[in-house]
Amino acid sequence: MPDLSTNTGGIQSPNPFWLASAPPANSGRQIQRAFEAGWGGAVWKTLGVPIQNVSSRFAGHTIRGVQAAGFSNIELITDRPLETNLREITETKKLFPKNPIIVSLMVETEVEWREIIKKSIDAGADGLELNFGCPHGMCERGMGSAVGQEPAINERITGWAVKYSTVPVLVKLTPNVGNIVPHGLAARRGGAHGVSLINTIKSIVGVDIDRFIPLPRVGNMSTNGGYCGAAVKPIALHMVAALAREKQFGLPISGIGGISNWRDAVEFILLGSSTVQVATEVMLRGYNIVEDMTDGLQEYMRTHGFDRIDQMVGKAIPAYTEWGDLDMNYETVAKIDADKCIGCQLCVAACHDGAHQCIHPQQDTRVPHVDEAECVGCNLCQIVCPVPECITMAPVDNGHSPASWNEFSHEGKPLRPKKGAH
Amino acid sequence: MNQHLPTNRAETAFEDFKLPLLRDAAMVEANRCLFCSDAPCINACPTHIDIPQFIRKISTDNVHGSAKTIFESNILGMSCARVCPVEVLCVGACVYNELEQPPIAIGKLQRYATDIAFAEGWKFFEAGKDTGKRVALIGAGPACLAAAHELRRLGHACTIFERKETIGGLNASGVAPYKMKAERALVEADWVLSIGGIEVRTGVTVGEQVSLASLEQDFDAVFVGAGLGADSALGIPGEDLAGVHGAVSWIEAMKLGTIDLSKVRHAVVIGGGNTAVDASRELRGLGVHSVTMLYRGVQDNMSGYAHEWSAAFSKGATAQWQAVATACTGTGHVQHVQCVRVDTNKNPVAGTEFTLPADLVLMAIGQAKLGRMLEAMPGIRVDRGRIMVDANGYTGRPGWYAGGDCTNGGKEVVNAAAEGKIAAHAIDAAVMGDMGRMNDNRTAASKNDRTGGASHA
Repeated sequence: MPDLSTNTGGIQSPNPFWLASAPPANSGRQIQRAFEAGWGGAVWKTLGVPIQNVSSRFAGHTIRGVQAAGFSNIELITDRPLETNLREITETKKLFPKNPIIVSLMVETEVEWREIIKKSIDAGADGLELNFGCPHGMCERGMGSAVGQEPAINERITGWAVKYSTVPVLVKLTPNVGNIVPHGLAARRGGAHGVSLINTIKSIVGVDIDRFIPLPRVGNMSTNGGYCGAAVKPIALHMVAALAREKQFGLPISGIGGISNWRDAVEFILLGSSTVQVATEVMLRGYNIVEDMTDGLQEYMRTHGFDRIDQMVGKAIPAYTEWGDLDMNYETVAKIDADKCIGCQLCVAACHDGAHQCIHPQQDTRVPHVDEAECVGCNLCQIVCPVPECITMAPVDNGHSPASWNEFSHEGKPLRPKKGAH
Repeated sequence: MNQHLPTNRAETAFEDFKLPLLRDAAMVEANRCLFCSDAPCINACPTHIDIPQFIRKISTDNVHGSAKTIFESNILGMSCARVCPVEVLCVGACVYNELEQPPIAIGKLQRYATDIAFAEGWKFFEAGKDTGKRVALIGAGPACLAAAHELRRLGHACTIFERKETIGGLNASGVAPYKMKAERALVEADWVLSIGGIEVRTGVTVGEQVSLASLEQDFDAVFVGAGLGADSALGIPGEDLAGVHGAVSWIEAMKLGTIDLSKVRHAVVIGGGNTAVDASRELRGLGVHSVTMLYRGVQDNMSGYAHEWSAAFSKGATAQWQAVATACTGTGHVQHVQCVRVDTNKNPVAGTEFTLPADLVLMAIGQAKLGRMLEAMPGIRVDRGRIMVDANGYTGRPGWYAGGDCTNGGKEVVNAAAEGKIAAHAIDAAVMGDMGRMNDNRTAASKNDRTGGASHA
């Protein structure tokens, strides 16, 4: 049986699935139930100077009938008394000594950081996560993403935390930056043991079109929130991978962003995460989703020959490169399996209206015809086809040796003729 | 038209067989639709409703636009949503059938959008600018209602002549009550007439109170949508006994009034078409102990839809296949039907005689064709009672057009709606003196400019 245990920056966990710092990790009783359900670890909802929240905190983004495919929140850090949280951390650690509790923190001054770090560690924290990511409310007060967007401040506060902490320190990064790499490097310079990313994306999730008020609506007003949920996964994967492939970075990564099942988790791990954190999917479906996550991951590892998580971490990073290094001479064309085709012709509409006009309806059959001489191999038909494996993108042996754009520009390697560019 | 039906009608005993979709279910189902390109469901609909488009509009909560898409193609879209045999039309053509997944519930989605349109009182169309032309329509069923509505959009004045006191045709008097009850058809008829400019003269039989010659003289064109006539008789002994009825007239009595089934324990329905199947299921639904459908052919050859028979069978109706009635017997009132088995050539097989108990016998073997009333008009061809028309509903006699059951021999409401609308455009082209326009796309567009467009209700 593959071993699911993992280590992120010195924090040991029985499996890579952690609750992210969010409403599912708000209290001791919740986290205890999560551990009972099988979660490996939990990042306690951010401690700091307790705040007060508004009514109406979340909003869902329905995409073609899928409710909350994207999700947004304007909730702040914990609103519970610090002493209550600390007491429950201690209780939870006693009940679940093998499950790491990482305490998320967000305060302002060095003195405040020193004190809250000491209290957290005294309570039993196995690690700390510095919340430099929250893009709503707290950043207006000079914390959260206001820190994460300034590498120098990030580095300085990380340095304080590392100085006062006796447990590993993870820095939680904000995606609300143009390039994630300088921010990861700042955390490294500050001495962090790892990073976690992404926090939520600054967003307006929708508008109440009858009242003319953005969502979520608080009385007659709204504000920008943090976007998360399944819809943000591609953005998160890119940022995780951007740090994982950066040679000067080299820190462990706890991946976050739209992870809803074991398959998402595998993708984050293959792009460099050693643990993954989940919040939105738990908010939508509850703690029991972790059962599918753990046995799905285990079965994936078994069928793909992995014994341990660390063998998987970053396995797809070598295949992530710049556009200029892609092989321009690699050629595919769409093939429609006439036996599987149901004649919906979504591929015809997609190709005609959205691609290169090479899939055509035929006279005597509903199965469309692909003009392979014109097909650029864009994948759009395969993406819209509702029938599994009906359309395949078949490689063409065009006789051209591999050549990238960079090789063409710098070395004059020959490129195959363009298709569909007339 | 303010028409009042008795509230204690026999048909009110039935619940809807297919339950309406509530909003959430409609949204889920609408989101399943693939929005096929050149969708097969559109071609399977005689009125060519842009089904993917109206379903997509449901999925975005644009119900007004959805209903408009439906009614633009088929003004009787509300009743068709309930009564269409979607299993053999749009739903049968859904590509999900090829994927071995449940096809989209197109009929239910159409009902969802059109019911909301009716509940909200939305009006989508206005009469066109008055052309000064007048069209007479014979019959007030689906074909004439669809034709009259389209003619009004084109600006022509319409007068409907209906021999009965009730309008709506078979939509009111013939549709199985577990699909739609009579008042719904009347509500729809009133909604169609609300475009204005359609005079309805009920209780007027053309050929009696009004002559064909006077119609020709007084109107610029005539559309015949008279439907079918009385139930055919089998011509067997005892058919005149009490308790032996034509199925269509029995169904009409059941839908529009009260019937007494208290002494009926056994019923026999003779025939194998959809009227026979409907009547069998209705009798069971009204509590008749045993209902036997007697059909001379094999089950696979019956003209009634397999899905309808399967529903009737599940309600407890049974059938005797390859059997015919030779006599109804009884003293004063029918008590038995004498039957004999037939071979595949429908010849009786000696020695296979049997008797069925019967307190009620319904003859569902077809209806009289009404075309003969037009035989006196030179240029109009009538074949075994059916009025012969071209693809545009033209009879061959200038000014005379026809559609619906009287031309197609008895099809669906949706066929009548399609034929009425097509004929309306042919009539428009003829009375406006532009016979070549029918096949000309450019002028078809200008023709649309003349129709009353969507109103801003």
